[in-house]
Amino acid sequence: MSETDSLASIQPPEDPGRRRLLTWTTGVVGAVGAGFALWPFAASWKPSAKARLIGAPIEVNISELQPGQMLRVVWRGQTIGILRRNERMLNDLPRLDDKLADPDSKVVSQQPEYAQNTARAIRPEYLVLNLHCTHLGCIPNLLPEAEAQSFDAQWRGGVFCPCHRSKFDLAGRVYRGVPAQLNMLVPPYHFIDDSNVMIGVDPEGAA
Amino acid sequence: MSRFVSGIRKNAQAVGDWVDARLPVSKTWREHLSEYYAPKNFNFWYFFGSLAILVLVNQLLTGIWLTMFYTPNAEMAFSSVEFIMRDVEWGWLIRYMHSTGASFFFIVVYLHMFRALLYGSYRKPRELIWVLGVFILLVLMAEAFMGYVLPWGQMSYWGAQVIISLFGAVPFVGDVLVEWIRGDYMIANATLNRFFALHVVALPIALLGLVVLHIVALHEVGSNNPDGIEIKDKLDAKGRPLDGIPFHPYYTVKDLFGVGFFLMIFAFIIFFAPEFGGFFLEADNFVPADPLVTPEHIVPVWYFTPFYAMLRAVPDKFFGVVTMGAAIFVLFFLPWLDRSPVKSLRYKGWPSKIMLALFVVAFVRLGMLALGDGTPIQTFESRVWTVYYFGFFLVMPFVTRLEKTKPEPERVTS
Repeated sequence: MSETDSLASIQPPEDPGRRRLLTWTTGVVGAVGAGFALWPFAASWKPSAKARLIGAPIEVNISELQPGQMLRVVWRGQTIGILRRNERMLNDLPRLDDKLADPDSKVVSQQPEYAQNTARAIRPEYLVLNLHCTHLGCIPNLLPEAEAQSFDAQWRGGVFCPCHRSKFDLAGRVYRGVPAQLNMLVPPYHFIDDSNVMIGVDPEGAA
Repeated sequence: MSRFVSGIRKNAQAVGDWVDARLPVSKTWREHLSEYYAPKNFNFWYFFGSLAILVLVNQLLTGIWLTMFYTPNAEMAFSSVEFIMRDVEWGWLIRYMHSTGASFFFIVVYLHMFRALLYGSYRKPRELIWVLGVFILLVLMAEAFMGYVLPWGQMSYWGAQVIISLFGAVPFVGDVLVEWIRGDYMIANATLNRFFALHVVALPIALLGLVVLHIVALHEVGSNNPDGIEIKDKLDAKGRPLDGIPFHPYYTVKDLFGVGFFLMIFAFIIFFAPEFGGFFLEADNFVPADPLVTPEHIVPVWYFTPFYAMLRAVPDKFFGVVTMGAAIFVLFFLPWLDRSPVKSLRYKGWPSKIMLALFVVAFVRLGMLALGDGTPIQTFESRVWTVYYFGFFLVMPFVTRLEKTKPEPERVTS
């Protein structure tokens, strides 16, 4: 810089403070402008309107579902199960508490507030559950009957992941001592009426 | 505090020295920016080189982003462009930046070339800069044409049909050549796929390489100026041009001002007139490609119209194509056609001034005539201007040698 200043064709600034101020203000305004210009490029990576439409809430008819049966639907690329539990299944839930990692569903990220109860459901009979294992995302097998299994002689019915042998009960609560650490995810949902469930939208009035 | 700052400075200096010993970062900075001495009398016309770089960056960036959402398949290309326009967040902006950028690339490049014609920037020792520039124009034209095919609208399809058919004028192998370029018996998915590959990979690489060569060649010999005299002839004690100023910060600041002004116009068109009345994006291209129906009016995008008018002016397929090709090819010889003892038009005689003015009129009129219906009068006028276009180059050696010139100044004038 000092070398170029001695060029005959260049006059040093009359007021260096003024030039410094102009340089900085121009730089700051330019940087803000560049930031605004970058935003559309970053934002274009968000799910498109088309993807969001495909990811819209879905309505499921459950009128044909018999006790002990599970209905599988896809919402946002995730397999969602709707299990209609019978008396035996619901009665077994509290008895398993001491084998589970989080029997009272204290990890709030895993279910909406309205499903933070023993049955992890709005209506205890119907369990609405994201079926992907909370370990690494496999879809576990549903083994609903209370019968001895190779991996658990006292099996009271539940979900078993063949990928890494994680176990969950019939409310999607994870057993202690398995690779998965979190209860299975309950998606937002509500009952439109007695035979229709809307998956992806909280009940009115719920957060 | 000051000790802390000086400590950071010392460490930054050490890191800088380490890198410089291995990679010529400061050396490159000095040679091309802080100690690249450009004439101090640059004017308005010298904005367009840096603006061309700005538009190139815009095209690369928006182009990369469009590639993320576009589907190069004849079945899906059109709807994927509509997907970009309607469903991708800000996709409409990214696409309009790209399509408007294409037109502005030509505006800026044509003005940049006009500057060279004004001040004799193609003359010795800058012949190669000019030749590389003509290659850039050629690649740019191929890039623009293939890019226009990608949305797979009616103009994409029929424009490609017409342009590729031009190769059919090649004697003997014409038909085989056309089929080979298309990769099918008609413009089809195969054509779209190869144009996509060329448009997004091959041609941009060629363009970038040519731009680097263009700038390296420029910085080797130094910039011309409106007076067309060599500032390197008058040096100070340290060997620096007396009439030169360092490119950085003096011309980076000047160019930034130009960038600001340019972006205002650019943004206005993107937001309020991205189709620009059918000149930048034609209405027919919002209709999906249909091999069974030709649009009523097939006209190329505005930047090709002068050459298209020359094609139409010649009543013979083969010679029409030759004329159009020659209109670009003749530009390569410009550095050797100008025999004037002076470079800048400021010191050339009135015949050169009138000829250049008429050349601009010819180029603009040809562009306008291409949009007309081709009435006999329009065809006649197209022929007159086509003859003038080539006449401009053919008589240049004689006019520039014979006309009376004014003496060049010793030092650049302000």
